[in-house]
Amino acid sequence: MTTPNPAHIEYLTRLGDNALILGQRMSEWCGHAPVLEEDMALANMSLDLIGQARMLLAHAGQLEGKGRDEDQLAFLRTEMHYRNLTLCELPNADFGRTMVRNFLFANFQVLLWERLLASSDSELAAIAAKSIKEARYHAQHAGDWVVRLGDGTAESHERTQAALDYLWPYTAEFFAANPSDEAAAAAGFGPAWSELEAAWESVVVPVLTEATLTVPARTPFKSFGKFGRHSEHLGHLLSEMQYMQRTYPGAQW
Amino acid sequence: MMLTESQAWEVLHAVPDPEIPVISVTELGIVREVLARDGGLHVVVTPTYSGCPATEVISQSIVDALVAAGAGVVEVETRLAPAWTTDWITEPAKEKLRAYGIAPPGGDAPVGGAQPIRFVPRKLACPRCGSTDTTRLSQFGSTACKALYRCQSCLEPFEYFKPI
Repeated sequence: MTTPNPAHIEYLTRLGDNALILGQRMSEWCGHAPVLEEDMALANMSLDLIGQARMLLAHAGQLEGKGRDEDQLAFLRTEMHYRNLTLCELPNADFGRTMVRNFLFANFQVLLWERLLASSDSELAAIAAKSIKEARYHAQHAGDWVVRLGDGTAESHERTQAALDYLWPYTAEFFAANPSDEAAAAAGFGPAWSELEAAWESVVVPVLTEATLTVPARTPFKSFGKFGRHSEHLGHLLSEMQYMQRTYPGAQW
Repeated sequence: MMLTESQAWEVLHAVPDPEIPVISVTELGIVREVLARDGGLHVVVTPTYSGCPATEVISQSIVDALVAAGAGVVEVETRLAPAWTTDWITEPAKEKLRAYGIAPPGGDAPVGGAQPIRFVPRKLACPRCGSTDTTRLSQFGSTACKALYRCQSCLEPFEYFKPI
């Protein structure tokens, strides 16, 4: 086996952690969503994301060659070793904010998977081909709700706008330059995420406009989750997610 | 005793999908290859959805059925590429789905990528009364692979196997 490329592993870890952490976060809705249909939708989308995370982290673990499988990567790393976007770890808050977050993230994921279909890493290309079908449904589902809530009652409009104002600054992180991106683009295993910014805006802005929402201006605010510097929320999420493996190491079911 | 590949396929035609027991794992199109190898069988399975909780149950039921039929050692390989598509569900199986109360996936392309904005519901026929006066209640039904619809004619809810 060839020497693992650390940038390649880092890139896969970023993809896997995005899916894992948002999947875990969204699963908190299980049993609490406003209506039964949405309860099932959120649980199903969480499952899709956790399934994607499993494939991505298993692949990252194999390339790393230290004998770590997807469970060890998911459950036994500490906070600073996670590479997910900060957006994915933020609390769900209300249903509106959950849907706006899904809308912003799922559309980013769709664009990323589209590019990764042509990855020089055939395993990653296979995961992309599988995941893109799921991500499109997530994007569509969230887009429906963003329009419905944004262009809904005065109350739903106000709350959806507040959600967008809160979340929008975190989307700058999607496109921030990252050293492993340069290696990915050079080696052909994935695009630099900054390349996706124009395409992403051209997909999300028209829907936000249709939802009668005001797209916030960019600010100097920066977040650094994908660099391993997280918000205060990730530690709380991990303490719950990792509890079982930390308490009963190696437990299986 | 050991099974030939064609005997193994016969056995697999009778292994039901755990979520939708009216169709078999072969009709669902997830069994991609069966190879006789080293005195045992090697079965290649492609999962439907990344997070489908039935995937492991399916692998186990494939092993159980083949071992019970005398296959000796059976190993199941999960293969991702090419990704599973609802186009692999056989035509007879689509009719079985309809008879079971699940509208089968349409033959047309799944949701597009360029403008993933809003779903324009196609005129989907109710699997119970055949009326096309139906509306979508939710993009996600009891499992990730199905959406929830309602028929405005017979007023019954039904599920739709989403094309992917």
